[in-house]
Amino acid sequence: MGHAYTPGLRVAPETLVRRERRLPLKGDVCVAVGAAVGPESVVARCELPGNVQTVNLAAKLGVDPAAVGATLLKPVGSPVALEETIAEAKAMFGLMRNRVTSPANGTLESVSSVTGQLLVRERPIPVEVNAYVRGHVAEVLPGEGAVVESRAALVQGIFGVGGETHGPLVIATAGPGETLAASHLEPGHRGAVVVGGDHVSHATVLRARELGVRALVVGGFDDRDLRELLGRDLGVAITGQEELGVTLVLTEGFGRIGMAARTWELLSQHAGKVASVSGATQIRAGVLRPEILIPLADDHGSAHALEAEGGTLEVGTFVRVIRQPWFGRLGRVAELPAELAALDTEARVRVLVVEFADDRTRATVPRANVERLAG
Amino acid sequence: MIPAPDSIRSILATDCGSTTTKAILIERGDEGYRLVTRGEAPTTVEAPFEDVTRGVLNAVREVEELRGRKLLDGDTILSPQRGDDGVDLYLSTSSAGGGLQMMVSGLVLQMTGESAQRAALGAGAIVMDVMALNDGRRAHEKVRRLRQLRPDMILLSGGTDGGDVKRVTELAEIIAAADPRARLGAGYELPVIFAGNQSAAPMVRACLESRTALTVVPNLRPSLEREQLGPARDAIHELFMEHVMAHAPGYKKLMTWSPVPIMPTPGAVGLIIEKVAKRDRLAVVGVDIGGATTDVFSVFRVPGAADDATVFNRTVSANLGMSYSVSNVMAEAGIANILRWVPFAVDEVELRNRIKNKMIRPTTIPQTLEDLVIEQAICREALRLSFEQHKALAVGLKGKQTARDISDVLDQTASGSSLVDLVDLGLLVGSGGVLSHAPRRAQAMLMMIDAFLPEGLTELAVDSIFMTPQLGVLSTVHEAAATQVFERDCLVILGPCVAPIGSAKPGSPCVTVEWAPESGAASRHVVAFGALRCVPTAGERGRLTATPERGFDLGAGKGKTVTRTVRAGVVGLVIDARGRRPFALPEDPSARIGKLREWNRALDLYPREV
Repeated sequence: MGHAYTPGLRVAPETLVRRERRLPLKGDVCVAVGAAVGPESVVARCELPGNVQTVNLAAKLGVDPAAVGATLLKPVGSPVALEETIAEAKAMFGLMRNRVTSPANGTLESVSSVTGQLLVRERPIPVEVNAYVRGHVAEVLPGEGAVVESRAALVQGIFGVGGETHGPLVIATAGPGETLAASHLEPGHRGAVVVGGDHVSHATVLRARELGVRALVVGGFDDRDLRELLGRDLGVAITGQEELGVTLVLTEGFGRIGMAARTWELLSQHAGKVASVSGATQIRAGVLRPEILIPLADDHGSAHALEAEGGTLEVGTFVRVIRQPWFGRLGRVAELPAELAALDTEARVRVLVVEFADDRTRATVPRANVERLAG
Repeated sequence: MIPAPDSIRSILATDCGSTTTKAILIERGDEGYRLVTRGEAPTTVEAPFEDVTRGVLNAVREVEELRGRKLLDGDTILSPQRGDDGVDLYLSTSSAGGGLQMMVSGLVLQMTGESAQRAALGAGAIVMDVMALNDGRRAHEKVRRLRQLRPDMILLSGGTDGGDVKRVTELAEIIAAADPRARLGAGYELPVIFAGNQSAAPMVRACLESRTALTVVPNLRPSLEREQLGPARDAIHELFMEHVMAHAPGYKKLMTWSPVPIMPTPGAVGLIIEKVAKRDRLAVVGVDIGGATTDVFSVFRVPGAADDATVFNRTVSANLGMSYSVSNVMAEAGIANILRWVPFAVDEVELRNRIKNKMIRPTTIPQTLEDLVIEQAICREALRLSFEQHKALAVGLKGKQTARDISDVLDQTASGSSLVDLVDLGLLVGSGGVLSHAPRRAQAMLMMIDAFLPEGLTELAVDSIFMTPQLGVLSTVHEAAATQVFERDCLVILGPCVAPIGSAKPGSPCVTVEWAPESGAASRHVVAFGALRCVPTAGERGRLTATPERGFDLGAGKGKTVTRTVRAGVVGLVIDARGRRPFALPEDPSARIGKLREWNRALDLYPREV
């Protein structure tokens, strides 16, 4: 068990990213292979079938279900408008006429001679899929969408909320250990992706939203504030569909935790460039991590991908402790004892001795409770 | 090819859990089959590895090192055994990568919908949603939901044989309209099992055969009075291997290593629980708490049945677990319910962050005693919620015509009442990392007592090192080996628990218990209401006689004595006079903390006061 845990996060100065941009239903693809695209370029569009409304014609007109077909004023499949009369029948020995109007704008879908029900389908809902990231179309998925390829710097976060967005990168704090406060934000950040330090509060997120900031990238966030932001306790970590007005990406975790130096440096290097950001996270069963993509000047050509941190722990490996009592502290592996050691809990597990970078003190930590960091 | 049982000298079995892959090595010696060692490694089904076999190889490598035997030949398992190298049989269970995620549907939610749910859960699946004509959703909402969920498999039921055809076809049409894609692998058709009204099969075929991998099996509810889940369960197991597992990362390779099909973990644990219940003629509840899901199994007598007929139920609580799902335990139970089990003040902001960090970094373990206590508090709530869900589903058939008198006519809930009767419960078995690896066995025992609140007289046991799944799959090919290892190395008897039903003022008389071990001196214990007592039990078995005070019941009636021979356990006899129906913790925080500390001391739960 010499393997350090890694959530599989990537921090790559240059890599070739491919993003599949797919419609929820079959539709039209608007781009060709090789076409240059920007984050807002529409690559495919379709129409989702509208909702279905039911009308009990037999009851409303007072006719036998078998006879409702004859009461329709337009054939099935015809477009109808809201409140338009769609069926009528004589009543009171022919002295009166009962009428039924359409409950929606749409089309007459079907009528049943068994139940006497009429279905009106509302108008289709148009859906467009954009390219999300600047690059070029590498592949067209006929009727479904396209694959956009981009040579970009990539930072994967550990957790995020909110959908896809993009904007120029703004480094708002002096360093990775400084907390992003409302005072760091200004009207000029409208439309930007703002990078902060170790923490952001709910109040600052609200201020960012008010100013029109598109995304915040910080080290940590409190779960209590996440609850405030979402309006509920997040149970299962499947996110990305929230409509919050601002996307939030955590690079390190929950609580106050300084952004890893390598992440901070990479983002700082690209300050001012347009970044595409997604908060979508799915921890399990097809892991999906939030990301910050910064397309590089020339998106064609080869690129090398940096693999995830991980692998064997050795004396000297730079690590971060990821559980109490030293959660978030950084240091180097000083010893890797082979034998099991008893913890405060009395559990006997594989451990390592870490020498903390800040004060050179040493502590014994379960090997399962560290993650490797570059540096 | 599976070797003949007599020729098997050694068995290697793995369980690929969502967080950890566990390997056990069993060898045949002079006294039969015994567990010789175990190893574990993080599961590697998720990114960045996306190959389950890497975690399996890492876990087996640990077994190799500990046993000093060569089991691997490069990146494959050496089989059959040659000299001291390799093993004669390798087998595996799996719940990694999300397990088997299913969507089920029936005509009426409470009838065929519920039967379909039981069939899927019984086969070890996670039920993502139950779709029925009366579920309150309109057709387009159902279509949208099917598209969103992307299940591994759909079980379509509905109607009794010879009954409604049109509405069953309607359900098939909804599935066809959704044209759902499978979760894993883009290039294969979604498996759909039709187990409904057989007269509707031609219409369902016409609708679904061209766009899904459709299998038609006998109706799971041929009549309102009868439920037959076997054919649907078998089809689920078969399709799980053929379609789902074959597309999960690395499983294709893993499947070639074993002559025995990979079994979903809950299916394997269920087999063992059923066998124990049958052998000991006991009502049994088993629980397996994992990182992502918690599975509960129960075998109870059929109420009103003249013979010893029993009914087996299994539920999988998809989002209640100790790592990936830990945050959902907090969301569903509420932070106050978790904190009620913690005997010290905790800052809520800090606790919430800790829980979320465990969710995003699921393989970490508690290092401090305080952290362990918090994790065990979360475990109590995960177990409690899973058991609630189990009780809600382990019910008699709804919609069944039963003979009723005039007073029942107005009571529409007469059928469909829960089959779980805690007074009848004879044995409660726990498995899963947080229970099996609890540093002290008493911790596992109290976690289970607090969560399940057994009533009357119940024996408790725990899986020693979390190997029930592997023994479950082994029992399908070598029952003798599985039984021997289960008895000798797996099942650890914790002890009996005496819990009178009733309530009184704290300190007033509650119950008197006499313990007479087969060898050694008998002892007598008078326990007052509100107290928890642990009596060490030496030897193998003993005679237990418990007499509740008037107003308290141990299952034989108020004030009536209960006598039974029970197994002694490693923790001892626990007399739980804290009350049942209701069991209540003090509302005042300092009184509650005081009580929790008193109970922890009574069971010598932790090395120091926390």
